[in-house]
Amino acid sequence: MTRAVFAALLSHWKRNPLQLFTLLAGLALATALWSGVQAINSEAKASYNAAAATLGEGTFDQLIRRDGQPMAQDTYVALRRAGWLVSPVIEGRLDGVRIVGLDPLTSFGGLGPVQVAQGADIAGFLTAPGQAFGHQDALDALPPGIAKVVAPDVAPGTVIMDIGAAQRLLDRQGQIDRLIVGPVQPIRQAPLDTIAPLLSRQIAHTGSDIGRLTDSFHLNLTAFGLLSFAVGIFIVNGAIGLAFEQRRPVVRTLRALGVPLRRLMALMAAELAIMALVAGGIGVALGYVIASLLLPDVAATLQGLYGATVAGTLQLRPSWWLSGLGIALGGTAMAAAAAFWRLARLPLLAGGSPRALSMAAGRSAQVQGLIALALLALAAALGLTAQGLIAGFALLGTMLIGAALALPLILDRVLALAERLATGVRAQWFWADTRQQLPGLSLALAALLLAMAANVGVSTMVSSFRLTFTGFLDQRLASELYVTAEDPAQAAQIIAYVTPRTRAVLPIASAPVQIAGLPAEVFGTRDDATYRDNWRFLQTAEGAWDAVFDGDALFINEQLSRRSGLTLGDTVPLDGRDFRVAGIYGDYGNPIGQAIIAEPAFTTLFPEIEPLRFGLRLPATDVPALVTDMERDLNLPPSATINQAGIKQFSLDIFDRTFTVTTALNILTLAVAGFAILMSLLTLAALRVPQLAPAWAMGFTRRELGRLELIRAVLLATLTATIALPLGLALAWALLAIVNVAAFGWRLPMYVFPLDYLKLGGFALIAATLAALWPAWRLSRTPPSDLLKVFSNER
Amino acid sequence: MNVKTILLCLVPVFAQAQGFAGLGSGADGFAIPQPDPQFSFPADHGAHPDFRIEWWYLTANLKDADGTDYGLQWTLFRSAMAPQTQEGWDDPQLWMGHAAVTTPDDHFVTERLARGGIGQAGVVADPFAAWIDDWRFDGIDVGTLSATGPDFGYDMQLTASGPFVRQGKKGYSVKSASGQASYYYSQPFYDIAGTLHLPQGEIAVTGTAWLDREWSSQPLSGDQTGWDWFSLSFDDGARMMGFRLRQTDGADYTSATWIAPDGTPTPYEDGSLRATPLEVSQVAGRDMPTRWRLELPAQGVDVTVQAINTQAWMTTSVPYWEGPVTIDGTQSGTGYLEMTGYE
Repeated sequence: MTRAVFAALLSHWKRNPLQLFTLLAGLALATALWSGVQAINSEAKASYNAAAATLGEGTFDQLIRRDGQPMAQDTYVALRRAGWLVSPVIEGRLDGVRIVGLDPLTSFGGLGPVQVAQGADIAGFLTAPGQAFGHQDALDALPPGIAKVVAPDVAPGTVIMDIGAAQRLLDRQGQIDRLIVGPVQPIRQAPLDTIAPLLSRQIAHTGSDIGRLTDSFHLNLTAFGLLSFAVGIFIVNGAIGLAFEQRRPVVRTLRALGVPLRRLMALMAAELAIMALVAGGIGVALGYVIASLLLPDVAATLQGLYGATVAGTLQLRPSWWLSGLGIALGGTAMAAAAAFWRLARLPLLAGGSPRALSMAAGRSAQVQGLIALALLALAAALGLTAQGLIAGFALLGTMLIGAALALPLILDRVLALAERLATGVRAQWFWADTRQQLPGLSLALAALLLAMAANVGVSTMVSSFRLTFTGFLDQRLASELYVTAEDPAQAAQIIAYVTPRTRAVLPIASAPVQIAGLPAEVFGTRDDATYRDNWRFLQTAEGAWDAVFDGDALFINEQLSRRSGLTLGDTVPLDGRDFRVAGIYGDYGNPIGQAIIAEPAFTTLFPEIEPLRFGLRLPATDVPALVTDMERDLNLPPSATINQAGIKQFSLDIFDRTFTVTTALNILTLAVAGFAILMSLLTLAALRVPQLAPAWAMGFTRRELGRLELIRAVLLATLTATIALPLGLALAWALLAIVNVAAFGWRLPMYVFPLDYLKLGGFALIAATLAALWPAWRLSRTPPSDLLKVFSNER
Repeated sequence: MNVKTILLCLVPVFAQAQGFAGLGSGADGFAIPQPDPQFSFPADHGAHPDFRIEWWYLTANLKDADGTDYGLQWTLFRSAMAPQTQEGWDDPQLWMGHAAVTTPDDHFVTERLARGGIGQAGVVADPFAAWIDDWRFDGIDVGTLSATGPDFGYDMQLTASGPFVRQGKKGYSVKSASGQASYYYSQPFYDIAGTLHLPQGEIAVTGTAWLDREWSSQPLSGDQTGWDWFSLSFDDGARMMGFRLRQTDGADYTSATWIAPDGTPTPYEDGSLRATPLEVSQVAGRDMPTRWRLELPAQGVDVTVQAINTQAWMTTSVPYWEGPVTIDGTQSGTGYLEMTGYE
C-alpha cells in the first residue's frame, strides 16, 4: 500500500513540475547562501585558529621585553634555570613570509600545528639545515637550503621551523622575541624581576586575538546569510503551502480508501525530507561555488583591515555538508510545519474542493495583524532598552518578522485607499484585482522586503563604518610622513636631518601597561597643533588638552572606557602617578585599551623607552623629495618611511574590496527575492484565468491585460521597497547602536546614503520587473480558447 | 598533529635511552662500548657525547619521622642525534629529566626536555654538576639534589659512604647473548637526607640512595622487548643489582652484581639470577608484576620484593614503572624496581 500511496503523492509533482522546481530551487538557494557564508566564515576562523595555535596567542601568557626589543637567548636559559617553564619564539619576515621559529622540546601542547609525517625525522627538524613547515606558496618564497614540508594546518603566509633554523635564516643568532609561559608551572620559581627585569608578562587573550577583531566583519556576513536563508524559506513555505492545498482532493481520496492519516503524513514527510536532502545537496555545492568566488576578496579585506591572514582557497570540510543538509532539513520542517498542522486537523471528507491559497490567508489576516503588531511593539520596546548581544539579536528578529507579517496588511490598506480614490472602471478594476491577488503574492513580497531591508541595513552599516574609519584615519594619520628608526642612534640622526625641512617632528612612543586591570598601551604625545586641531572626541572635559599637557590628565579610548567603566573625571593610576580622564576618543579597529599622556609625563614614567617612530609635518608636495633624500643620505630602507597618502589609499582599497563582497551578496539576495516573485506569479497565473476572462470578455485586450500584470508587479515592488527603506534603516541602527556595542565595545555613528538606497530600490524594481515579464508575456499570449473555456465550463 | 606529535617523534630517541624494545638500530658513527674499559674519574662522571645514550639515574629509599616509606627519583637522560657536540641550537645532544616522589598512596611525576648547546641542560664532570632547567645535582661524593614539578619537589643532601662500583665485567655490562653492552657503574652507598615538598606539606626524610651511570650506543638487541631491573640495599650493608631482559621468544637474559658492604663487586652472568613475578597489579590499564621472587643462589639470596606503591607509573612521554620496594626473605631491606616494555 505504501508504494501505491507514495506513487499517488508523487504524481502531483509530475503534474506540477514548476512547483517542484520552485520548492527545490528555493531550498537550494537558501541553503547555498547560508552555507556559502558559513564556509567563508569558518575558513577565515580556521585560519585565525591556525595562526593563534602557531603562536600561542590568546592561549598562553607571554613574556616580552618592555621596550619591544628582542631579548637575549641567555635570558631564556636563565629563566628556565630559575624554574620558569617558558618556551622561546622568534619571529620575522623574509620576502613577505612570516618565519616563526620555536623549540619543540619546550613548547606547550597544542602549539604549532606542524604536520609531521609518520616516521618524521625529528633530527632533521632540529638540526641544520632544518625543516620548514607551511603552505606551498609560503615555502616557495623561502631561500633554498632548508628542507620544505607542506603542512596545510599552518597559518597562511607563515612557515614554522626550529628556532635555531629561524635564527639562522633571519640572521638573528642568539635572539628571542618572546617567551610563551606554560600553563602549569612548578611549585617554586624565582621572581621575574630578579631574573629578567627587562621582561613583562602579557596575560593571555589580550590584544593579539585576531578572532575578536574580525568578529564584526563575520557578523555582517552571518546576518546576510541568515536573512538570505529566511528569504529562501519564505519561497519554500509558499511552494509547500500551495502544494498541500492542491493535494487536498488526493489526500481525501486516499484517506477515503483507507490509508491511515498517520501513514499518509509520514509518507508526505518522507517525501519532503528527500526533497530537502536533494535540494540541500545542490545548495551546499552552490554555496561552495559562491564561497570560493568570494573568498579571495574576503581574504584580502581581512588581511588589509586587521592583518589577519586567511587562505585564499577553500578547503572542503565535511562539517559544511552536514550543517548544510541539516539546515535544509530544518528549514523545510519549519516551512512545512503549518501545512502539516492543517492536514492533521482536516476532517476525513472535508476540503475536497480546491481552495485558493488566498482564502486561507484572508481569514487569518486579523490574527496575522495582531501578531505583527505585538512583534513590532516588542521590537520598539527592545530598541529602547536593549543592551547586550542576545537582546540585540532579539530586536533584529522581532523587527524583521513583525515587518514581514505586517507587510500584506499595509499593502492591502494602501491598495484599498487607491481603489477608493480611483476614477474610471478600468482603474477601479485594476486596484481591486491587485488587492485580490495580494494574498498569493504576499510571501514573495515579504521575501523582497526582507532582502531589501537587509541590503539597506548592511550596506548602511558597512558604509557608516567606512566613513567613520576614513575620518578616523584622517584624524590619526594627521602627519604627512611617518619614519621608523632602527635604533636610538638612527632616530637622532633622522631628527637632525629632517628638522630643518619640516614644520614639526612628532615622536610616537608607547608602553604596555595595565589600566583598571585591563591590558592597554599608553602613548606619549608632544604638545602640537597637529593633535589639538585634528583630534575629535566622543566626550571631552573643558580645557582637556591643556590638562593633558600639564601632565595630570590623560585621554582614553572608547573600548577602555566601556570595558573598565572609566568616565570623564575618573582617576587612573599609572606607575604610582594619578591621571584624570579628560577625554574619550573613538579608536576603531583596535582591540585593546589605549591611553594618551603628555610626552614629558611619558618620559618620566618610562625613561627606558626611546621613541623610534616619528610623524613629520610638512607640505604634502614636499613628501616624495624628502623620502628620496632620506633614503639616499641616511641609507634608510623604503620600509622605514610610510607616506600618509599611501596608507589612506591602502585603506580605501580594502574598503572597496569589502564592498565587492557586500555588493555580490546584495545582488544574490535580491535575485532570490526576484525568483520568489517569479514563482508566485507563475503559480498564480493558472488560477487567474477565470478572473481575467470576464475582463477580457468586456473589452480588455490580452496585450493590455499583460501590461497591467507587469505594472502591478512593479507597483507592488515599489510599495514594498518603500516600506523596506525605513525597516532597513532601523536594522542598520540596531546593528550599529546595539549589536556592535555589545560585540566590540564601540558605537559607530550612523550615516545615511540616499543615493545607494535609490540604486538598491532600482535593483529591486528591476528584479521584480524581470520576474513579472515572463508571466505577463504568457498572459498576453493566452489562447482566446482558454479564456472562453471559463464561460463554457464551470470547472 | 602538533608539537605533541613532535614529542612523540622524539620518543624513539629517548625510548632508546630508556632501553626499550624495537630499537636495535645501527650505531652509525657512534662509539661502541668495548670490553675491559678503563674508567677515569672524575672525567667519566661527565657526558660522553660520542655515545648515543647516557643517564645519571638516582633513586632513593626514604623514611620520615613516623617511619612512613617514600621513594625518590632524579634522572637525567642524554640522547644524541649525532656523535658530537657544539654551541647553540644545532647541538645534536638532547636532554630529558624525570623526577618523581612515591608515597604509599601517591606517585608524583614530572618531566623536562631540553636542547643541549644553549646551557639549559648539561653535565660537567669536575666539579660535578648535572642540571636541566632548575633541577640540579651538584657534587658527586658530597652533593645536593633538587627538582620541582607542578605539585611536588624536593631538596636533598647526599654523602657517599662507599666507593663507586663497576657493574658487569669491570664496568662492561653485557645486555644480550649477541653481545650488546653498555658502560655501567654505580654509587650504591649514598646516605641521603632532606625535605620533600608535597601537597600535604614539607616532610623531612632520611634514607639511602643509589646512583647508576650508564652509557652506550645500542643497548638492546632487536628481539628484546623490555626489562625488569632491581637495585636492592640490604640492611646488613650489602647491595645487589639485577636485571632481566625479556625477549620476544619468552626467554630472558639476566645479569646481576653482588656488592659486598665494602663495595667489592661480584658479577654474575646470564642465568645466575632468577626473577619470578608473584603477583600482578592493574597499572595504567595493563598488568604489571608488583611482587617478585628474586633468587641469586650463588649468594644464598631468596627474597620477596614488594612494591611500596603498586601504582608507581611514570606518566612521562615514554611511560614506565619505577618505584620503591621492600625486601623480605633471606635478606631484608629496601630497594627500587624499574619495569619497562609492558604493553
